[in-house]
Amino acid sequence: MLPWYVLLLPLGSAIAITLFTLRFKALSSSISVAAVLGSFVCSCLVFRQSNISAPASTWIEISGVFKVPVGFVLDNLSKTMLVLVSGVGSLIHIYSLGYMREDEGKSRYFAALSLFMFAMLGVVLSNNFVMLFIFWELVGFTSYVLIGHWFERDAAADAAKKAFITTRIGDFGFMVGILMVWASTGSVVFAEIAPRLSPLTTHSAFLTIAALLIFCGAVGKSAQFPLHVWLPDAMEGPTPVSALIHAATMVAAGVYMLVRVAFIIQTSQTALLVVAWVGTITAVLAALIATQQSDIKRILAYSTLSQLGYMVMAVGLASNEAAMFHLFTHAFFKALLFLAAGSVIVMLHHEQDIWKMGGLSRNLPITFLTFAAGALALIGCPPFSGFFSKDAILALAYERNTPIFVLGLLTAFLTAFYVVRLLVVAFLGRPRSEIARQSKESPMVMTGPLIVLAFLATVGGFTFFARNFLALPMEKDSALFVPLLAIIALIFGSGLAIAVYRNRASEPFDIKILRRLFYFDEFYSWLINSTQERLSRISAFFDRWIIDTAGVGGASGGTWGAGALLRLIQVGNLQAYLFLFGLGIVALIYFAVFH
Amino acid sequence: MVTLGDYLIVSGILFTIGFAGVMLRRNLIIILMSLELMLNAANLSLVAFSRFHVQQSGLPDYNAQVFVFFIITVAAAEVAVGLAILVALYRARQTTDVKDIMSLKF
Repeated sequence: MLPWYVLLLPLGSAIAITLFTLRFKALSSSISVAAVLGSFVCSCLVFRQSNISAPASTWIEISGVFKVPVGFVLDNLSKTMLVLVSGVGSLIHIYSLGYMREDEGKSRYFAALSLFMFAMLGVVLSNNFVMLFIFWELVGFTSYVLIGHWFERDAAADAAKKAFITTRIGDFGFMVGILMVWASTGSVVFAEIAPRLSPLTTHSAFLTIAALLIFCGAVGKSAQFPLHVWLPDAMEGPTPVSALIHAATMVAAGVYMLVRVAFIIQTSQTALLVVAWVGTITAVLAALIATQQSDIKRILAYSTLSQLGYMVMAVGLASNEAAMFHLFTHAFFKALLFLAAGSVIVMLHHEQDIWKMGGLSRNLPITFLTFAAGALALIGCPPFSGFFSKDAILALAYERNTPIFVLGLLTAFLTAFYVVRLLVVAFLGRPRSEIARQSKESPMVMTGPLIVLAFLATVGGFTFFARNFLALPMEKDSALFVPLLAIIALIFGSGLAIAVYRNRASEPFDIKILRRLFYFDEFYSWLINSTQERLSRISAFFDRWIIDTAGVGGASGGTWGAGALLRLIQVGNLQAYLFLFGLGIVALIYFAVFH
Repeated sequence: MVTLGDYLIVSGILFTIGFAGVMLRRNLIIILMSLELMLNAANLSLVAFSRFHVQQSGLPDYNAQVFVFFIITVAAAEVAVGLAILVALYRARQTTDVKDIMSLKF
């Protein structure tokens, strides 16, 4: 029953808060934190037991055609993800106690957070496509609710809509892909699909299309090119939400799903190549955009995109181990970076522009040190965790696909550049505004999770730590050459950033195409305007003039006009009626007798 | 010799007088009386038909006469109802003139 507790504790918390304790903010937040901690403890117990199984049942059964069980998959992959999700989730719940302390919608926030934990753990545990898809959508919904938590701000409400609709586009492909897999194998359970795929390898085009459609789901959820546009806007949500959902867990769900169904994707070389290139393009594109951003959370959002690109690249290079390794370390250091950024933002009274910060290392020493640890892990500086996992992916790319390797190195260089830029501009130098000068350190409830995460981000990549959780990628022959190149890229990137941004008071470059995010938003609004909007205008015209005016209006107008004519003979004079009646009789007699 | 045609002419004159009364008079009581006149014109023609439609047995056709009795009965009921409505109308409107009763108008 233990896996059920993991899954249902957050759901219980969400229900209890929504139904009973919405008015008691302190009680709501403690229920939510208690539930996620309980879930974490159960996850750890599940993780320790080697052969655990959960009671399963059948949800839908149409004999011989369609069968959906309610069952859990409990292999090493999902156990690791359970501990990761509930562990990072717990830290972020605790941090939220501090961050959302004075928020009006605190109860609503914690209810949504609990519901998100339920959905995310459901994604991790599902053993079939249908359950996975349902939890997948639930994750998307909670993400919508949490991005739009401050819905009274237009930007937040729009960002929430954008995130939901954009991911829905990907999910449509995902759903079609699931149906294709079901149609060809007759099953939606992962374990049953795998053996039934081998006879299908002769239909390679079919399998390629199915694999790419499933990949669409991950493109939406993990914000890969070309559906990456929603993630930076999602930063309108509260910072702990950005940390939990849009950095550490939900966006990683796409990668987790890809790893879970990698056996389908790996049947097609074309699909693998597409996946790898989508990941690479995302990584480079996002890193380029990040170099010109000035909002601290947006820089981190683009770095998330870039790192997710690495993970997808690894899946495309047919190495699940490397992808999961990077997902594992990334969850720690990216959650850490966001929470540290949140600490900065709260202490600066919601100022997010890095050019209005500066010199924060003196006033917020713990935040600075933990942020620096996360940043070093992000740029892959040895011995921080990011170094090992990124190195594993680069080594893999070096071995399998040289152009991807070169672009991966370029991304590493750019990552070092923009992260060091962020560090130098926001934390070092002199304070550039009054609030930056008067800032002070965050309370313990916020710095505590930072310290724990900083520790994990530092040691997370070492073999002695990570091998307890993951199957690590094999050491390669190129083990010395590739890290050397990566470190050279890192030194160049950070050196350049320090040289350019030391003691600067404003941005020295203005590269328009990067500032405008490669014109993706403009392109999409043009696309929507020229297709969907045009189509809807035509339908509106048809509806308004053909259906409404000619059809409905014609019927009602005809009736009305006939009524108006007939009304003329209703004069109200009894004897006039009688006269007409007499005329009628005469007419009747005339027709009856003389015709 | 009085023929069927004579009876029918009398009946037609009576009916026309009644119809003209209904059409032209303004007082509802007169209109009701004119209605009775029209009914009786019909009765007269029916009785005349009965008298002149001789069966093979030599007897007149009594069907028409039975019909007349029915009409007389129904006419009595109709007058009772009509006068009752008139009284009610008079109490409500203090008039029996059709010109003042024009509410059945759009």
